[in-house]
Amino acid sequence: MSDTVSRRTVMKGAGATLGAAAFAHAMAPLTEWSKDLSVGEFLQKHYKELTRDEMGRILVHLKEETKRKYGRDVDIRDLPPQEGVSFGYALNLSVCIGCRKCSEACHQENNHDRRTGNSYIRVLEMQQGSLDLEHGNANYDHPVPAEGKYYLPVQCHQCDNAPCVKVCPVQATWKEADGVVVVDYNWCIGCRYCEAACPYHARRFNWAKPEIPAEEINPDQGYLSNRIRPQGVVEKCTFCLHRTRAGRLPACLEACPTGARVFGNLLDPKSPIRWVLENKRVFVLKEELGTRPRFFYFFDK
Amino acid sequence: MMRPALAALLLAVVGCGKDQPARFQPPPGAPTGRETLLQPAKLTSVESDRKDALGRPLRVSCESCHSLRETKPMPSRPEELKEFHQGLQFRHGELACTSCHQAEAPRTLHLATGEPLPMTEVVTLCAQCHGPQYRDFKAGAHGGMTGYWDLSRGDRTRNNCVSCHDPHTPKYAGGHPVMPPRDPSAHGEPGTKESRDHE
Ligand code: SF4
Ligand code: SF4
Repeated sequence: MSDTVSRRTVMKGAGATLGAAAFAHAMAPLTEWSKDLSVGEFLQKHYKELTRDEMGRILVHLKEETKRKYGRDVDIRDLPPQEGVSFGYALNLSVCIGCRKCSEACHQENNHDRRTGNSYIRVLEMQQGSLDLEHGNANYDHPVPAEGKYYLPVQCHQCDNAPCVKVCPVQATWKEADGVVVVDYNWCIGCRYCEAACPYHARRFNWAKPEIPAEEINPDQGYLSNRIRPQGVVEKCTFCLHRTRAGRLPACLEACPTGARVFGNLLDPKSPIRWVLENKRVFVLKEELGTRPRFFYFFDK
Repeated sequence: MMRPALAALLLAVVGCGKDQPARFQPPPGAPTGRETLLQPAKLTSVESDRKDALGRPLRVSCESCHSLRETKPMPSRPEELKEFHQGLQFRHGELACTSCHQAEAPRTLHLATGEPLPMTEVVTLCAQCHGPQYRDFKAGAHGGMTGYWDLSRGDRTRNNCVSCHDPHTPKYAGGHPVMPPRDPSAHGEPGTKESRDHE
């Protein structure tokens, strides 16, 4: 769909060709999965076309909805990318012990479904000497670090040449000016093309309405990040943009007990992330695919 | 060994470093653009054989005992230590107690040159032998931190060497991972029953 044709126009057009009854029938599956979606949200303009006023109204609506559905007052903001900031993340595989504290922090920070124990970070237990992601085991449950293993946490790499963005038929996912690849959950139609296209298994589909006890909900929320996702949409790591765009460190970095994680502004020559890129031997996963990740790995020796 | 009642009285409950990261830490204070080095309790306390409700060892502040009695000169080997210090694990190369502590004032350190160094300057002490780690630390690429990556908008707190490493047994211990794997049928991840039902 081109930028100028809104989803609304297409729906109207489809209605005219099909006839009202047929249209209703054809749209039935959509109304099924979009039970949670209000008319206002359904007819909403694309994120990039929204004025500040329109966004303001949407945020008010989303806050009310969270209160109604989850019994919790939350603050949902739409922080824009910062001028002169381009995010990068690096992870030291020599010190990561696979404790999964980062996954847990992600789970809590981003209001993930408690039932499935979802998290944007999967920590793979890897055979020393191997870099074959498909043989990594994310389901280990024994003391770490285990003999002969190393640990490879994988989350969204915010690829500069992102396959997930290219395949989205409705442009519900795109790359922002600070390098973060985002999803507009109100615009996503849940086709899961992006999930299939991502070579790092970094996207998740929300099969059910997330279950989170009111007192466990993180009230500091972003429209494009950790607000509670509706059922039937795809979601992913956003480098905690509701925190990082306010200048704070990502939750997974703060939770890491070994200091394996380094985050910062790639455009700032004095930042730790730049120091790592300039002084360590750094690599990216599946470089041969040309995705150009901005998530880097390094070893101390 | 000290009488249990007295020991219990002397137990000072102090958290250690980042062992328990706070959930949803509120943005720390008003921005002043400062970077603060965490001064962990490990600098001024020893582990007791008691555990708190979360199973972490309770620590006893040095002052609990040493404000009541005079400190004896430090022995060269840890086996010669008495009472509370007996349980001290020691796995740090060939070092003797007096390699780092001043024999006559065990609660202060000394540099390789013999120059005295307060306990709080532990980073300077460690840096003498661990150059590459110190270089990485200075660059912000070794040791955990919390707060702001953008110092113009808020403060940052950084770990000190002993926030993570016990100076007497510096190898990071590890432990059992959190977030245990779920029943795969609850995942809704590719290849599980829930996702197949939908495909
Ligand atoms: S890691 Fe996957 S989800 Fe993230 S930008 Fe790259 S392709 Fe997209
Ligand atoms: S919290 Fe740190 S040490 Fe633990 S698995 Fe994550 S990156 Fe590795």
